[in-house]
Amino acid sequence: MALTVIAQQPVMQEHPEAYPKADIQYGARLYGEHCDRCHGANGAGVSGVNLASGKFRSATTDGQLKMVITNGFPTAGMPPFRFDTADLTGLVAWLRNMNSIDRGSMKAGDPARGRAIFEGTAACGSCHRVNGKGSRKGPDLSDIGTLRSAGYFERILVDPNGQLLPINRPVHVVTREGKAVDGRRLNEDTYTVQMVDGEGHLQSFVKANLREFRISTKSAMTSYRGELQPDELADLVAYMLTLKGVL
Amino acid sequence: MTLRRYLGMALLAAGSLAAQNTVTPQRLLEASKEPGNWLTYSGDYSSHRYSGLAKITPANVKGLGLAWVYQSPVAGSWEATPLVVDGVMYITQRPNDVVALDAATGRVFWSYRYNNLEDPRVCCGANNRGLGVLGDTLFMGTLDASLVALDRHNGHLLWKTRVAEAKAGYSITVAPLVVKDKVIVGVGGGEWGIRGFIAAYSAATGKELWRFYTVPGPGEPGHETWLPCPTDSKEYCDPEAWKHGGASVWVTGSYDPATNLTYWGTGNAGPDYNPVQRPGDNLYTASVVALDTDTGKLRWHYQFTPGDRYDYDAVQVPVLADIQFQGKPVKAMLWANRNGNYYVLDRVTGKFLLGKPFIKVNWMSGFDTNGRPIQTPQPVGQPTYPGLLGGTNWYSPSYSPRTGLMYFPIWEDQAIVFSRIPVAYREGNGFGGGGFQPFVPSVGDPKKGIPTAAGVPNLRRGPINDWTDAAGHGAMLAVDPATGEPKWKFSMTDVTDVGAATTASDLLFTGGREGYMQVLHARTGELLWKRNLGAQMLNSPITFEAGGKQYVAVMAGLGLFVFGLPE
Repeated sequence: MALTVIAQQPVMQEHPEAYPKADIQYGARLYGEHCDRCHGANGAGVSGVNLASGKFRSATTDGQLKMVITNGFPTAGMPPFRFDTADLTGLVAWLRNMNSIDRGSMKAGDPARGRAIFEGTAACGSCHRVNGKGSRKGPDLSDIGTLRSAGYFERILVDPNGQLLPINRPVHVVTREGKAVDGRRLNEDTYTVQMVDGEGHLQSFVKANLREFRISTKSAMTSYRGELQPDELADLVAYMLTLKGVL
Repeated sequence: MTLRRYLGMALLAAGSLAAQNTVTPQRLLEASKEPGNWLTYSGDYSSHRYSGLAKITPANVKGLGLAWVYQSPVAGSWEATPLVVDGVMYITQRPNDVVALDAATGRVFWSYRYNNLEDPRVCCGANNRGLGVLGDTLFMGTLDASLVALDRHNGHLLWKTRVAEAKAGYSITVAPLVVKDKVIVGVGGGEWGIRGFIAAYSAATGKELWRFYTVPGPGEPGHETWLPCPTDSKEYCDPEAWKHGGASVWVTGSYDPATNLTYWGTGNAGPDYNPVQRPGDNLYTASVVALDTDTGKLRWHYQFTPGDRYDYDAVQVPVLADIQFQGKPVKAMLWANRNGNYYVLDRVTGKFLLGKPFIKVNWMSGFDTNGRPIQTPQPVGQPTYPGLLGGTNWYSPSYSPRTGLMYFPIWEDQAIVFSRIPVAYREGNGFGGGGFQPFVPSVGDPKKGIPTAAGVPNLRRGPINDWTDAAGHGAMLAVDPATGEPKWKFSMTDVTDVGAATTASDLLFTGGREGYMQVLHARTGELLWKRNLGAQMLNSPITFEAGGKQYVAVMAGLGLFVFGLPE
């Protein structure tokens, strides 16, 4: 009989440098809004708990930290918090870095300015839709601020190819009749492909009926590196974090 | 400086293969002129569930084959009717998901999940019967009694409106009816002591525009039918019975542009089985109401089952048809009711024109000159026909202007022994007020039941029909709409919860509990094609076109099955 011995999981101390600056900034802001009333600006406001020490009594991994924040410690007086993915990612990034970064030194982006950039010079609405306005060519961003993270926004704005989710890859087809259609992939199987076309319409094609069928790994979005200043990018990220959907 | 964005937006003038035009109010009004689509719950505003498509015919239907299947990931009965708009099919699945599929292949474009925030209280499972569409927006009622609007091109939530409180037993399972700029819904909860209503919401914003309570309050016409409790009542009587009087609304109504009236059937009075604690006719329970579409004001009503004690919901789809009645043209409303009678009403005035049993009934013996049923409640312990689930129910009827016949599924020889128990209203608690025992007649003495016989045909069951046809059996019935005279009947061993859809090629699509999808000849009832889909069918079929081909869609078990002719 073989015995399987499960070793004690090693402590998963994640490396501070792994956390994007935008997440740390956003988390610092949320910490100020929701946490420091009890935990204090330095993380030592609750007796026996020192958040800035980098060690947590009930959590070692980031996932466990998120669970602690979500469930709270009702018996110890900490309520559960309803944070979304972006919020939790930011809070954890801040908690992992609060011993080495001074919250006061962090310059957060301005969502109002970000919105002006989104709707103005960056012309994001020419491809993306927010709350019923804009194009459906790119993904609808109405609730993107709950689904991704500040760090993700920061990365995709300057490196869209590197961050493009594979499902969203551009599709180019030419039908047997010679009609070319370009769009964003929504679904695909062995025999068919579904996409949203340039007009925002849903299209489905049987591959056997296509003369050409190409999936590109290159995002239809170009990089904003150099096109927007760092503080403008921070503003844009701050705005996208406010896109929490209808509910 | 404007930044150039999309590099490869050669997307520009690609053009779409299937033209996907916005669904205007005019398109909805003329839905029957585009039979390739299915734009409302019943196919068009007159609720004929009749399609002008004729590529599948009695001659070629034998070649009908499976085109694709979509499987719901959530177990439970599936009662939804899909919509089809320009090659895209939109369905709801449990509990309140919306899925957009390619109507030709069944592949999914997007899906949306609504998370019910409150714990819904529903009598009969996490049912949803479908969507409404207007412009580029889909509308769905939710189990926790909200109404949501989604972008139909990407499934994103546009707005959400709280319609009623789920904790008080309200829910929405009905597919919304969209008329002009309004989304009209009603609320479920007839087993929870709700006060029912029908309400209209702005399609653009979700703002409530009008609300019609299906139980009138003090000072409103009809309230007087909630009689005061007798002072010498020996049994429990509720002096405020109207406040939780029921009259839920859970099947989609119809609309007549000529009268600007929208017609809706209402459910049982609350509590279901104990009329003693709510004396009177209890308007507008078990009724049809005709409302002004712009204001929600009541124009007329007709009550099918006054003071209902049998759960005879009048939640059938109102079929609007212009027919010859006793030699005169009449703007009629055709209605096969759960209480076992077939009715013809004048849909302009609400006048009762005809009432005629289509199955054995013993809860009434006939009608007075005003069309009021003469009720004959059965002695305690004796069976009532039809039973609890009725002679027909919420299953969609069909009217074919080609054959001139009205079609609906029926339950024959199904009976219940009802009993009543006083019940005090408590918010969020069940409000049945009694019980029901299945009745399966003993062969030697049909007035006596077999006490150990398997239960009455309930809402759903497994693959063995252990109650057998002795407890009730189903059929698809075709009647002359003006007289209610049967023209043909297609009998099944088990009962059926499947409605009918007819076509311009005189086909009738239906199915049943046994899991067969069946295609009948709409003129004769002859069985032309059948296929065992392996599980109970519970929705009503539709037919549509995609890529120039005609398809027919049904649901059985967890599968949405789509059939078409071979290439």
